[in-house]
Amino acid sequence: MLVEMTSRGPDSAGIAIYRDPVPAGSTKYSLAHDDVNYDWQAMSLALDQQLKTSSTVEQRDTHALLVNDADEEHVKHWLSEFDATIRVVGSGESVEIYKETGLPEDVYERFGLASAAGQHMIGHTRMATESAVTSAGSHPFATGADLCLVHNGSLSNHNRLREELMRKGVSFGSENDSEVAAAYLTWKLRQGIPLKQALEDALDDLDGFFTFCIGTSDGFAVVRDPIACKHAVMAETDDWVAMATEFRAIAALPGAETARIWEPKPATVYAWGNESVAEHIAAPLSSSQDGSSAGAAL
Amino acid sequence: MNSLDFSTLGLRAINQKLQSLDPGTNEREWTITNPMGQHAIACGLTAPISVTVDGHAGFYCAGMNQNAEVTINGHAGVGVAENMMSGIVRIKGNASQAAGATAHGGLLIIEGDASSRCGISMKGIDIVVGGSVGHMSGFMAQLGHMVICGDAGEALGDSIYEAKLFVAGSVESLGADCIEKEMTAEHEKTLADLLEKAQINKDAKLFRRYGSARTLYNFDIDQADAY
Repeated sequence: MLVEMTSRGPDSAGIAIYRDPVPAGSTKYSLAHDDVNYDWQAMSLALDQQLKTSSTVEQRDTHALLVNDADEEHVKHWLSEFDATIRVVGSGESVEIYKETGLPEDVYERFGLASAAGQHMIGHTRMATESAVTSAGSHPFATGADLCLVHNGSLSNHNRLREELMRKGVSFGSENDSEVAAAYLTWKLRQGIPLKQALEDALDDLDGFFTFCIGTSDGFAVVRDPIACKHAVMAETDDWVAMATEFRAIAALPGAETARIWEPKPATVYAWGNESVAEHIAAPLSSSQDGSSAGAAL
Repeated sequence: MNSLDFSTLGLRAINQKLQSLDPGTNEREWTITNPMGQHAIACGLTAPISVTVDGHAGFYCAGMNQNAEVTINGHAGVGVAENMMSGIVRIKGNASQAAGATAHGGLLIIEGDASSRCGISMKGIDIVVGGSVGHMSGFMAQLGHMVICGDAGEALGDSIYEAKLFVAGSVESLGADCIEKEMTAEHEKTLADLLEKAQINKDAKLFRRYGSARTLYNFDIDQADAY
């Protein structure tokens, strides 16, 4: 799906894949560093000593997956103190986020994702408009445990909103407008506001064009701005549900020709998933079956 | 019947083949297989040929069409039949945003639903939609007819000029300067003819007509014949 979308955005690509959940009480961190030779083992050893935990760390190109059972906020704080050049790009029980500059095909190759399997996956390929082409400015952006956001569009009030969120203690890793949308959601969710409500609030507070796809622990949500400026198409069969900016991303999926295909309405929150999402969001159309896969490409 | 496989020939070879056909060609029936949602399929045709796109088409399918009859056996992406001049484009499924945008002539038939901004800035095309249309349809529509057998979304006919809109179902809201207008026997005849031409089975008596209140632009009734 994502490789087919290469011509929409050759600047950078990113993937959030939900797979291999860690045991309850543990957290999986997706970490990134500009130096491909960064010594993740040394970091992990130092972390284990100081936070009295037992981590596993596995390097994947410029990224590393760190798993331990320490307190998530403590770990994130420790990482920022230990080495501010480490970026935490995702965290949760099952999500893994990989993103780099370059074509989707190359990013897939670097992170060994061509044959990766998972319950669901969100991909994004970027044509930069509002900020520099960097790994940090690439999508998806983490918005909380097992949550991430990808964005098609451009926000016009992101500078003011970023300042407001910084005053509330939210930190930023780039000048990217989509990161502001992600930070906005993070801030809302931290206050205990359900995802559906947070997305509906975003319709009021975000100015500009957006189609968002939000990955959740067991599904995903989609919301478009009230004008529906940016394209989006959904396809559903009994076996899978997919969302993309263009149908050609979906066309190669098995059964796509006969799938139910439709466009999400403007200013309407859609969601697919099982229990935990259902708690947050009453899906207006349908929920996917257990074990089905979801994919999205923007 | 000539068959062109998109997956082996690609877009340019197919469009160049179809665009270079002589108007008097005897090769009048063409099918494009495996369209896979790719863009700009069967654009810029000028010969009076019949082209079937056998599957779902991507953006701008059958754009700028003149004389040809293009049938899409599936859904169409953004801007289908954009700037069509003449001929017929029929979509068996649904159409995405901005179907028939800026088109000057011809007939666009969408058997399913059309998304937002259907017929935006239409300049003489006739559009018949078997289902419903999304928000902002008929935005700045200048000339031609749009027939909607289902419902119309928000802000139908916003800033409309002289296009005529017919809706059988409900209208969520009318856009600026768009009002319901009297359906005369002449309008009903035009509508019935369009439905027949489009082979859409719907009683013309079920429709209401909408058009411009003519308060947003300098309209001189003495110039009405010019439209």
